[in-house]
Amino acid sequence: MRDFAATSVATIARRGLWSDARRRLRGNRAAGAALVLLVAIALAALIAPALSPWGYDSLDWQHLAQPPSLTAAHWLGTDRLGRDLLVRTLHGVRLSLALAVLASAVSLLIGVSWGAVAGLAGGRIDGAMMRFVDVLYSLPYLFVVIILGTLFTRGSLIVLALALAAVGWLTTARIVRTLTLALKQREFLEAARALGVPPHSILLRHIVPNVLGHVAVYATLIVPQMILFESFLSFLGLGVQEPQASLGNLIFVGAQEMESAPWMLLVPAAVLVLLLLCLNLFGDGLRDAFDPRER
Amino acid sequence: MLKLALRRVASLIPTLLIIVTVSFVIIRLAPGGPFDEEQGVSPEVRANLERLYGLDQPLPVQYLRYLRALAHGDFGPSLRQRDFTVSELIERGLPLSAALGLCAIALALITAIPAGIAAALWHRPSTDLAIAAIAALGVALPSFVIGPLLALVFGVHLGWLPVAGWQAGAPRYLVLPVLTLALPLAAALSRLTRASLLEVLRTPFVRSARARGLGEARVLLRHALRPALLPVASYLGPAIAFVVTGSLVVEAVFGLPGTGRYLVQGAIDRDYPLVMGMVVVYGALTLLLNLLADLACGWLDPGARDA
Amino acid sequence: MPSIPASAETSAATPVLSLTGLSVTFDTPQGQLRAVQEVTLSVSRGECLGVVGESGAGKSQLFLGVLGLLAANGRAAGSARLGTQELLGLPAAALDRVRGAKVGMVFQDPMTSLTPHLTVGAQLTEVLRRHGGLDRAAARTRAQDLLERVHVNDAERRLAQYPHELSGGMRQRVMIAIALAGEPQLLIADEPTTSLDVTIQAQILALFAELKRTRALGLVLITHDLAVLAGVADRVAVLQHGRLIESGPVATVLKAARDPYTRALVRDAQAGAAVAPAAPGDAAAPHAPERTAALTVSDLGVQYEIRRGWLGTPARLDALTAVSLTLHSGEALGIVGESGSGKSTLARAALRLLEASSGRVVWMGRELAAVPARELRGLRRDLQIIFQDPLGSLDPRMTVAEIIAEPLRVHERSLDASARDRAVSAMLARVGLSASLAQRYPHELSGGQCQRVGVARAMVLGPRLLVCDEPVSALDAPTQQQVIALLAELREASGLSLLFISHNLALVRRLCERVLVLYLGRMMELAPTATLFAAPRHPYSRELLAAIPVADPQIQPARLARVRVGEPPSPLSPPSGCVYRTRCAQAAPLCAERVPAWEEPQEGQGIACHRWREIS
Repeated sequence: MRDFAATSVATIARRGLWSDARRRLRGNRAAGAALVLLVAIALAALIAPALSPWGYDSLDWQHLAQPPSLTAAHWLGTDRLGRDLLVRTLHGVRLSLALAVLASAVSLLIGVSWGAVAGLAGGRIDGAMMRFVDVLYSLPYLFVVIILGTLFTRGSLIVLALALAAVGWLTTARIVRTLTLALKQREFLEAARALGVPPHSILLRHIVPNVLGHVAVYATLIVPQMILFESFLSFLGLGVQEPQASLGNLIFVGAQEMESAPWMLLVPAAVLVLLLLCLNLFGDGLRDAFDPRER
Repeated sequence: MLKLALRRVASLIPTLLIIVTVSFVIIRLAPGGPFDEEQGVSPEVRANLERLYGLDQPLPVQYLRYLRALAHGDFGPSLRQRDFTVSELIERGLPLSAALGLCAIALALITAIPAGIAAALWHRPSTDLAIAAIAALGVALPSFVIGPLLALVFGVHLGWLPVAGWQAGAPRYLVLPVLTLALPLAAALSRLTRASLLEVLRTPFVRSARARGLGEARVLLRHALRPALLPVASYLGPAIAFVVTGSLVVEAVFGLPGTGRYLVQGAIDRDYPLVMGMVVVYGALTLLLNLLADLACGWLDPGARDA
Repeated sequence: MPSIPASAETSAATPVLSLTGLSVTFDTPQGQLRAVQEVTLSVSRGECLGVVGESGAGKSQLFLGVLGLLAANGRAAGSARLGTQELLGLPAAALDRVRGAKVGMVFQDPMTSLTPHLTVGAQLTEVLRRHGGLDRAAARTRAQDLLERVHVNDAERRLAQYPHELSGGMRQRVMIAIALAGEPQLLIADEPTTSLDVTIQAQILALFAELKRTRALGLVLITHDLAVLAGVADRVAVLQHGRLIESGPVATVLKAARDPYTRALVRDAQAGAAVAPAAPGDAAAPHAPERTAALTVSDLGVQYEIRRGWLGTPARLDALTAVSLTLHSGEALGIVGESGSGKSTLARAALRLLEASSGRVVWMGRELAAVPARELRGLRRDLQIIFQDPLGSLDPRMTVAEIIAEPLRVHERSLDASARDRAVSAMLARVGLSASLAQRYPHELSGGQCQRVGVARAMVLGPRLLVCDEPVSALDAPTQQQVIALLAELREASGLSLLFISHNLALVRRLCERVLVLYLGRMMELAPTATLFAAPRHPYSRELLAAIPVADPQIQPARLARVRVGEPPSPLSPPSGCVYRTRCAQAAPLCAERVPAWEEPQEGQGIACHRWREIS
């Protein structure tokens, strides 16, 4: 038998699933555009307020309720109290994004662990864990958040984030459990056992990579949901409080003024919609990129 | 089929019980009581008030009393709105909220499913992008954005519909709220229907049905539609939760005197019976609607019935 | 014995179906794909045309194109005449009057080809009312009639059942009934038996032969297995890469083919033959008696509890009962049986991949159940397994190289990366795979290639026992032979013991020295291969052997005619006494009363049957 070793070693370079995914993602133009836009918005939210002469709560008595105009002092106009809308909106983006990312991270952590354990354990444990999730699911989530929000001082942002996470983990747990169950059936897991691969290795080398892709996609899709939740709450007066600005409470105020000063509604609304759109498109692109069998 | 229904109904009561218990515990844990913000109230009066409403009893006792009352359909008095019992408040607001929610779900289903089917049947690569964009937009427009926008366009500028508020017997006040609530749901459902139907149309059994010469219409309606609607029926569960919570926001946006504000305001006021009443009502409603959705799934997929 | 004569009408009348220069092309993003190129064929009434070729040869696409059932990006060109009516280019309404009414079609996998949410009765009556204009009551009666005609037992009850409640063979019969409902002139069957057990396959083929005779239908039988055609087809057409390579009377094609490709196909079909006399390719007889026992299984039993939901009463399923065997080192033992016979359960229980409910497994003197978990994992380097689903048994997120390297990572931790790479590329070469495949993912490989990767992964550590769980049943006939050859070669080179599980007796013949026959989880017969094939003792072994199609048109039709109708019983309620008695031609009252004991007339052989001495 000839020795192929010498020629072959060179060809066995290390390729990973991440580089493949990156390649596919690059080909997806919509997702790419969405990502660029997202980064742009995030950067603007971080940097621009520092560059502007106005703070988010500085009151400009001479320019109350000014409509947007690029030649005026306030590019996007002001609100009833004379606060610059551009700066407030960007602040809102900052706050909403930060809250959403924090809440998503926590909810993912809890949800993935819960779902994976339930799926792997199977049987009664799985039944009990998922019944728990089902019951919590039927509690109107807003109620839970409201209560949790009033449990501590109103307006505490950390509490808000935790409250959001407390609700979000349920769906994650369900999805991860379904994924894990499906994986358990796959023959390649049985093959790994038959090879004598120890359980922790099976988890790390076989289950996690196969689940990670889906979880990563879900992560990007849960962030916009969190932004939505938070906006709902702020809109109802239970989330971010004045004078802090979040996209939710900006829209609330804007809705009340919409007959006389429509820009107060349209500016934050447009930014919110744009943000959500980009996040969703990017998430969709990620999902397509991670599945090696995607046509 | 019947067995499935019975099993699900049987699990309703225990679940509701758990919901009631959890809520009871949570709201009691919140600091502050219902009478804290009363002005000019001396401690003795407050103590009397608490005794009147049985709030001085130990928690487990209060819990059991509440359960007993609940079993008789008595939600207790509202602690804040002293002239009313919780039942009366619910009776006043529930018809409106229920109408809002159910109309929204119905509207979403009636528009989304045919739209999804049409989109699947007229499937072209060029329209795919447009449809994806519209659907993405539908998901990205939250109800508290759509609501004011619709009100702005149809109420302020065009003057066709009232901007907000409610007049009994004047359904036109419900048009914008229902539309606002239904739109995101319809977007998601139509996208789901389209994708699902496209997949079903490619399956071997649909090809087999075509090979029997039954005609495309019959193949579509009798063979392809039911499996295609299965993901839609499964999605109804989360969709119902969305409608329930979304209605709270929509009622706030349009100033509708439904039960939504009871929940929010009641939590803030620590009006225990009111909040508990809302939890029970909303919880039961959600469970019931989920049950119907589950049954729909079972009807659509005979294989799942034996599971 | 002459082959079944074509009906006398055929020479005079126009053929039922005549295809002239038929081509099928698909528009893909990579350009146009020609699936079928200029095929000319015809089928007459009362005649069966067999269409054979490897997968991808275009056999199905050809007839899907004729009936307008291609995917959206496919087009058919040329001419396809049903009698005098041109089918290509027909408007939809006219085509719907042909489909189901004049041409009936039966597809490969009845589970996915029957609408899952409609009852059998609903699907039947629908066609009857559409094409026959019957009212509801008449349609129902006729539906029941049709079911009985295709030998579905308990026909009236079946009408109310859903497809998932029926067995595979029963579903296929229902499909055939539906195809016949419109009283068609032509019946096209696309790989109708490929997913069925060999005994059920024989029954379905016998049914086709009967239908051809009694109804004077034109019949098209598409398959990748030539032997399947030998008993039913009158003429055979061979397709490769979308072209018609050869066609002619079945006897000519099978015995004296002109084209080398056809001859190769015939050879492959006959290599699977079970009735041919012992050839040099047969596995050798057991070696000298002082061979050591490598794996000893004693009285192994596996039971499952099936619970229906939270409130349902649990039912007990006996997947395996009282199985005992001894595998010697260096020996190859085959385990055969139909689906539900417990073969896979036995394989996994023997390796302790699942826990047995009773009995013992001893490997190299150690009782496996007593070995602690960590040590068991270490033992696994000697106990390897290859699975049935080539693609499913490979982690889709790992490259071929990573898959093959994994056993080394686990058991040979002292090796560094480059040593591992060397071992991997050596193994790739050993199983006949090009080194360029090392960086591919499983979904980019063919079924045969995937299975070779599975073999490489199993062999890389040099195991002492290799269990093969139906390793080739998902593959094409030529690929099957290649993988079997690979296994035989590996075994010879390394002297490892082999447990080969298959429902296909013919494959087992090539590889194994002894064969164990299982039915419903119990042992029926254990014998050396040559003995089993030459003189099977157990009635079930005989049924199995008789069911294997032989690619000889002179013998096969008669063999088909002798096939008896019978469904396997449900494992949840096995028959009393001998579990095989409900299908046994030799059943006596005694067989219902007592479970037959396992008798061993000679060492290394055995049989469980009350009457075997009388019926031998």
